[in-house]
Amino acid sequence: MSAAEETMQERQAALKGLGTSRKRVEDARFTQGKGNYVDDIKMPNMLFGDFVRSQHAHARVVSIDKTAALELPGVVAVLTAEDLEPLSLHWMPTLAGDKQMVLADGKVLFQGQEVAFVVAEDRYIAADAVDLVKVEYEELPVLVDPFKAELPDAPVLREDIADQKEGAHGPRRHPNHIFTWEQGDKAAAEAVIEEAPVVAEEMVYYHRTHPCPMETCGAVASMDKVNGKLTLWGTFQAPHVVRTVASLLSGIAEHNIRVVSPDIGGGFGNKVGVYPGYVCSIVASIVTGQPVKWIEDRMENLSATAFARDYWMQGKIAATKEGKILGLWCHTTADHGAFDACADPTKYPAGFMNICTGSYDIPTAYLAVDGIYTNKAPGGVAYRCSFRVTEAAYFIERMIEVLAIKLNMDAADLRALNFIKKEQFPYQSALGWEYDSGDYHTAWNKALDAVDYRGLRQQQSQQVEDFKAGKTRKLMGIGLCHFTEIVGAGPVKNCDILGMGMFDSCEIRIHPTGSAIARLGTISQGQGHATTFAQILATEIGISADDITIEEGDTDTAPYGLGTYGSRSTPVAGAATAMAGRKIRAKAQMIAAYLLEVHDNDLEWEIDRFVVKGAPERFKTMKEVAFASYTQEIPGVEPGLEAVSYYDPPNMTYPFGAYICVMDIDVDTGVTDIRKFYALDDCGTRINPMIIEGQVHGGLTEALAIALGQEIAYDELGNVKTGSLMDFFIPTSWETPNYETDFTETPSPHHPIGAKGVGESPNVGGVPAFSNAINDAFRAFGLTHTHMPHDHWRIWKTANDLGLHS
Amino acid sequence: MSKTKLTLNVNGKSVEAEAEPRELLIHVLREQLEITGPHIGCETSHCGACTVEIDGRSVKSCTMFAIQAQGTEITTIEGLGNPDKLHVLQEKFKEHHGLQCGYCTPGMITRAHRLLEENPNPTEEDVRFGIAGNLCRCTGYQNIVKAVLAAADELNQPEAVA
Repeated sequence: MSAAEETMQERQAALKGLGTSRKRVEDARFTQGKGNYVDDIKMPNMLFGDFVRSQHAHARVVSIDKTAALELPGVVAVLTAEDLEPLSLHWMPTLAGDKQMVLADGKVLFQGQEVAFVVAEDRYIAADAVDLVKVEYEELPVLVDPFKAELPDAPVLREDIADQKEGAHGPRRHPNHIFTWEQGDKAAAEAVIEEAPVVAEEMVYYHRTHPCPMETCGAVASMDKVNGKLTLWGTFQAPHVVRTVASLLSGIAEHNIRVVSPDIGGGFGNKVGVYPGYVCSIVASIVTGQPVKWIEDRMENLSATAFARDYWMQGKIAATKEGKILGLWCHTTADHGAFDACADPTKYPAGFMNICTGSYDIPTAYLAVDGIYTNKAPGGVAYRCSFRVTEAAYFIERMIEVLAIKLNMDAADLRALNFIKKEQFPYQSALGWEYDSGDYHTAWNKALDAVDYRGLRQQQSQQVEDFKAGKTRKLMGIGLCHFTEIVGAGPVKNCDILGMGMFDSCEIRIHPTGSAIARLGTISQGQGHATTFAQILATEIGISADDITIEEGDTDTAPYGLGTYGSRSTPVAGAATAMAGRKIRAKAQMIAAYLLEVHDNDLEWEIDRFVVKGAPERFKTMKEVAFASYTQEIPGVEPGLEAVSYYDPPNMTYPFGAYICVMDIDVDTGVTDIRKFYALDDCGTRINPMIIEGQVHGGLTEALAIALGQEIAYDELGNVKTGSLMDFFIPTSWETPNYETDFTETPSPHHPIGAKGVGESPNVGGVPAFSNAINDAFRAFGLTHTHMPHDHWRIWKTANDLGLHS
Repeated sequence: MSKTKLTLNVNGKSVEAEAEPRELLIHVLREQLEITGPHIGCETSHCGACTVEIDGRSVKSCTMFAIQAQGTEITTIEGLGNPDKLHVLQEKFKEHHGLQCGYCTPGMITRAHRLLEENPNPTEEDVRFGIAGNLCRCTGYQNIVKAVLAAADELNQPEAVA
């Protein structure tokens, strides 16, 4: 290697740009306990808010008596709907075009619903006062089963809109019906299924669960009456949208509201929505003139904010006898709880559920989703997935398995036979998406080879023989999954939330001495944005990532953006970062040309500098250019070196992956042991392999939780049965396996750096892989499908129903 | 409710506080003493975000009354290292990407510290069992386990100083 080449490599390495496993800049403060989360905020005269919540799932509120609570020393106020009504804040709009009670207005519709907001000098007094608020209820019949919502004797839940025949997403056929959303060609799909040689049918239920980040939701609202400014700190995955909503709801001009997302202790979709606690904190601060803090406890978190999933997906899949898929039909009954508060782009009331044709070339398809009200908590958030994408991936990956059983085919071969081929991209799906890129066969073959798939199948057959011969009581399951995600929402022409187009933004300032600050419209909740966005920029502008500060989450300083969820930060804000970087470079090139006394076109970019073509000894580094931009008069060029980009993505991105899980199951106890989990992800261009791997480990563990036991369960009276971490399953280090990660790299053709997003892939692909392993273990004994969550009892029951205990 | 005067030794310093009998240690630490490293994740002793060390034992400070800590020696994440000299565990969590959102991290490192005090040569299984009282939603534990084992290795080098 020549000295010049070596120097080039050293300069490249010094940037710590794209593709580097750069250590995280966030970690110094987090490892020393110096993070700044919302509950760490302490202000003079700060008050604490706490909710009186309904113990009933459906009841009229006959009366609320706050006398005793108000008499307790230290209690400052008790707010009810009556107090909020003059401000028109007793109800608020949801993200899904519905409205939601901030505090119970005449009735309660789910257990845990907010009834009154107590404000006191400390959290203990607030809790005492909650007990002193006397609420008289008159119980009403409870609806928990969405399939009973439209029966003649079903109770009407939403009396406020019972007569409205038209909802935000079209006609409503019953007071408990929210919308019907249809995609694809119904008649064609039904005709294909009618005539096909082979049709497999199944009801696939993706149960209700919850994102449950380690930090619950919370806020501190501080109304400064002297300056007329409201500051709101909180657990917001979309701080700018919260500012706009807060302005519209409160009537405070948007420039007088500052929303700050400090460090966030995990989000996973839980912190996208606007919750009554935020609204009540703001009102309480306005009323009292003091800062008000509200922090959920874990039971409140699990029972009142942001459930996920709860989709009953009835499917039919048609194929030739050889296994070529001809058509797909799906009807989903979506249990949305008491208010339609799903966090989806406006035009997609069932999110991107129409990605449910998955990785397969399916010529004809039809999807219908019926949204239904029940006496359960509102939410419907994208828990570590793009909008309803995990439901879609689970559905198709179960249907493929069910079809393989019907065809008596190997499920890996069936997938390979039907994958969209590399040369078919960009691919138009039957349900309306244009898949940007993919190479599924390469990924699939790599995965099968890596685990010695054929060898595993032989082992499994042997084990079934041994089981039948009484030599073992364990079965082996092989869980396959090839998923395709749709992330990076999204193009403004069809994606908005509350009317705000789903672009994102980046603003960069290069300082005179050649370091920089970049601010974005997104907000990290553990994804490491301060580390990775600096890497994108380092490669674009030739300044070391170590010399670039990344800031997010303060609406007074950051450019407007739609926030972080749905794996959209890299596809959208990451693209904005690259584009803003390119604007910096374009201006820098003019300055460099002036300094070097050559034409712009005589320069070429080389890692961190502009070099005169053919004269490598004549160059100007970005650092030199930055200094010149502040210190010299450059004719025709404004001083300074700044740029901003608002990026409207031309399309979504479509990350994909191939996952294989090998599971051992004790038939007599239902206990599972994950022998192996191989995860191949293709997220396009890889920014930081270390962080990608960490995201995959975490997402797979959340998938493991969901597939093997985590659920929000209700009894027939609407009581939440899984309202604490005693009952709500979060895997510990003991039951979590080591994962093997791998990758292929198929860059997105439309993204400036080819990146696709990765944070949610492992949850989207992991759930079907775990569930398929359980189902697969019992395939030899006649099982076609069993519902999640596959906890030990349910697995034992499956074995028992199959007669394996006799 | 009447308050009791408390004298605690926190991170090597004697400190005074006042607490009602019902007041939880985590609240006194976080709100009176402004030691905000330990976090609250569940209030039911399941998640371990509030883990501190009291007289040489790992304790979930959300399920202990502050007055029960009268006269004890308490170590929190703030007492393990400082910006000039991080504890080996803090270094290894950074190096092995053993954290993401950071919320469980103080409790996790504090717990790992006690584990290594009690078992300086843990196997992977020992580590996985030993930190099972501390939940993490981001990392899937794989890199946490790696970090703890790496810290144990380094602490066992003859020249190592914790």
